[in-house]
Amino acid sequence: MKPFTRLDAVAAPLPLANIDTDQIIPKQFLKTVERDGLAKGLFYDLRFEGDGRAKPDFVLNRPEYKGAGALICGDNFGCGSSREHAPWALMDFGITCVISTSFADIFYNNCFQNGLLPVVLKADEVQALMEEAKGGNHVTSIDLEAQTVVSPSGKTYRFDIDPTRKHKMLNGLDAIGETLQAAKAIDVYETRRALSHPWLEDAH
Amino acid sequence: MPTRPAASYMPPMSGKTLYDKIWDAHVVAEAEGGESILYIDLHLIHEVTSPQAFAGLKVANRPVRRPDRTLAVADHNVPTEGQAKGVDAVADEEARTQLQTLERNVKAAGIEFFPMADIRNGIVHVVGPEQGRTQPGMTIVCGDSHTSTHGAFGALAHGIGTSEVEHVLATQTLRQSKGKNLRVNLDGDLPAGVTAKDLALAVIGRIGTAGGTGYVIEYAGSAVRALSMEGRMTLCNLTIEAGARAGLVAADQTTFDYMMGRPAAPKGGAWELALADWKTLHSDPDAVFDHEVTIDVAALVPQVTWGTSPEDVVGVDGRVPDPDSFDSPGKRASAAQALAYMGLTAGQPISEARIDRVFIGSCTNSRIEDLRAAAAIAAKALESGRRVAPHVKAMVVPGSGLVKAQAEDEGLDEIFIAAGFDWREPGCSMCLAMNPDRLEPGERCASTSNRNFEGRQGRGGRSHLMSPAMAAAAAIEGRITDVREFLS
Ligand code: SF4
Repeated sequence: MKPFTRLDAVAAPLPLANIDTDQIIPKQFLKTVERDGLAKGLFYDLRFEGDGRAKPDFVLNRPEYKGAGALICGDNFGCGSSREHAPWALMDFGITCVISTSFADIFYNNCFQNGLLPVVLKADEVQALMEEAKGGNHVTSIDLEAQTVVSPSGKTYRFDIDPTRKHKMLNGLDAIGETLQAAKAIDVYETRRALSHPWLEDAH
Repeated sequence: MPTRPAASYMPPMSGKTLYDKIWDAHVVAEAEGGESILYIDLHLIHEVTSPQAFAGLKVANRPVRRPDRTLAVADHNVPTEGQAKGVDAVADEEARTQLQTLERNVKAAGIEFFPMADIRNGIVHVVGPEQGRTQPGMTIVCGDSHTSTHGAFGALAHGIGTSEVEHVLATQTLRQSKGKNLRVNLDGDLPAGVTAKDLALAVIGRIGTAGGTGYVIEYAGSAVRALSMEGRMTLCNLTIEAGARAGLVAADQTTFDYMMGRPAAPKGGAWELALADWKTLHSDPDAVFDHEVTIDVAALVPQVTWGTSPEDVVGVDGRVPDPDSFDSPGKRASAAQALAYMGLTAGQPISEARIDRVFIGSCTNSRIEDLRAAAAIAAKALESGRRVAPHVKAMVVPGSGLVKAQAEDEGLDEIFIAAGFDWREPGCSMCLAMNPDRLEPGERCASTSNRNFEGRQGRGGRSHLMSPAMAAAAAIEGRITDVREFLS
């Protein structure tokens, strides 16, 4: 997992509440054998017409939000099915931070498994960020170490986050990442075992 | 007088079980939450549960730590005919994509791979032992629950999910908490017509599908010692259906004889070293088990399932039970539902059940010994001019290309074909019906596989689990049949 430390990126406003994972990535995109490549299905029904043409008004299709790295969304983002494809699709599209007043539980957990930072702010703060993001300058800074979001005009908002999760996110540690912290012990084990059970080294 | 340091005091301790010994030898480090980081000696992978794991590695830019400790096969959704035409000719698009993805992934990672149609390819749990990759004392995992099969060699082996597949690929370890020890003693001589499959079904029938939950089962007793490696694999394979994490049989001369000369088995001096180690891998006489079960096998008859759970077992001379005969309301309800699904009536002799299909295969029963047992029944039938009953479609799916070749060397294929069986190419096939081999709704099948769940072998299909010889007998008679009638 890639560590998340600080992000300075275009933030796109998506002022809808209860965006469920089926909207984030509809089920026809779940048959894949890959985790990447899911960007094409991100917000599919919001982004595209039935005939596949891009909807020009949808925020992520607008030129001023090209390359967006963060989303500012309405309440209860990520509700619905537990599909991990939702964070995968956002990440694949280049979005590594979502700001909202609240997130659905499983989605919130899945974010941390994948290096996507969910930021919870108060309703008026999200509203203020949303307004600014609609203006000419969209570059917002999210600093995980300092636990702050700095708006394009320089207003600073503080957010809370569980310290263990913060630590893992800053260091890019998922379950595998954590185990890899014991890499030294694994090395030592392998060396010892190669000596005590040499036949296993050629067992292939 | 010179002083010496006092010998450090050791409190009296009970001995270790085989499970304890293998576990202790693989702990790399203790992790938080009572978990240990356990080293994995062998990781088996296949096309269905590995793609997202490889994708995860790619996203995180992590290499496969030990490609040499990993072996890949194509088995779960390969077709059982026309394999020589290659993966690109596989009709099912999703299956084709998974097979192609596996091929790409293992190539990039440098993992040994037996592709479809390679003579060494086959069902993952048949291939590992056959190649000598499975060895006593190892820890073995695979993204398939019947990985317990490999416990037959005195290896600690169990199934894992896709996120754990990724974990093992990246770290060659798994985070695990230790299970408890259960010993199942199977004593006595197996009567004629009663096989390892019947033993396993009897154990599940006795302790239930949750009876092994939280445990690792060690199988002991004279009946286990007398089993061939094929039989032990069948027994350990079905351990997961008793809810246990893994099953174990301590290695002995039968194991060593099987291992000797296999492609990946140690050779020369390494063999001697390995052998010395393997001989220490058994439970100490004073080891304490958390629980013990003893079954006298001399009284067993061939077993067959009547319901939709592997614990719904009855002797072939028995009757379909009355749901009201069960103690718990939950079991009464599920038995009633099972009878409705299976189209059976309480109290009817199980041998009256007329069958439409026969499946001889799966990682439970697709090895050479299984095929010999089934072919022996087919040959018996042919002697008296009989063949597969006209209304029955019967298929035999060998567990690997090598099993298939050996069976053909022995002429088993000719017996099967002459008797009206369909002789197929290796794979999981109708065990899970991911490929085109599947039951139609309502069809009743005598199956040597491991799960009789609703819809497992095709939507609406009705599966009766039994031994290969029993399945062959059912094919000839067109109904569930006591194989002992063929033996007298
Ligand atoms: S034969 Fe069935 S149980 Fe065995 S590996 Fe294949 S699908 Fe799994």
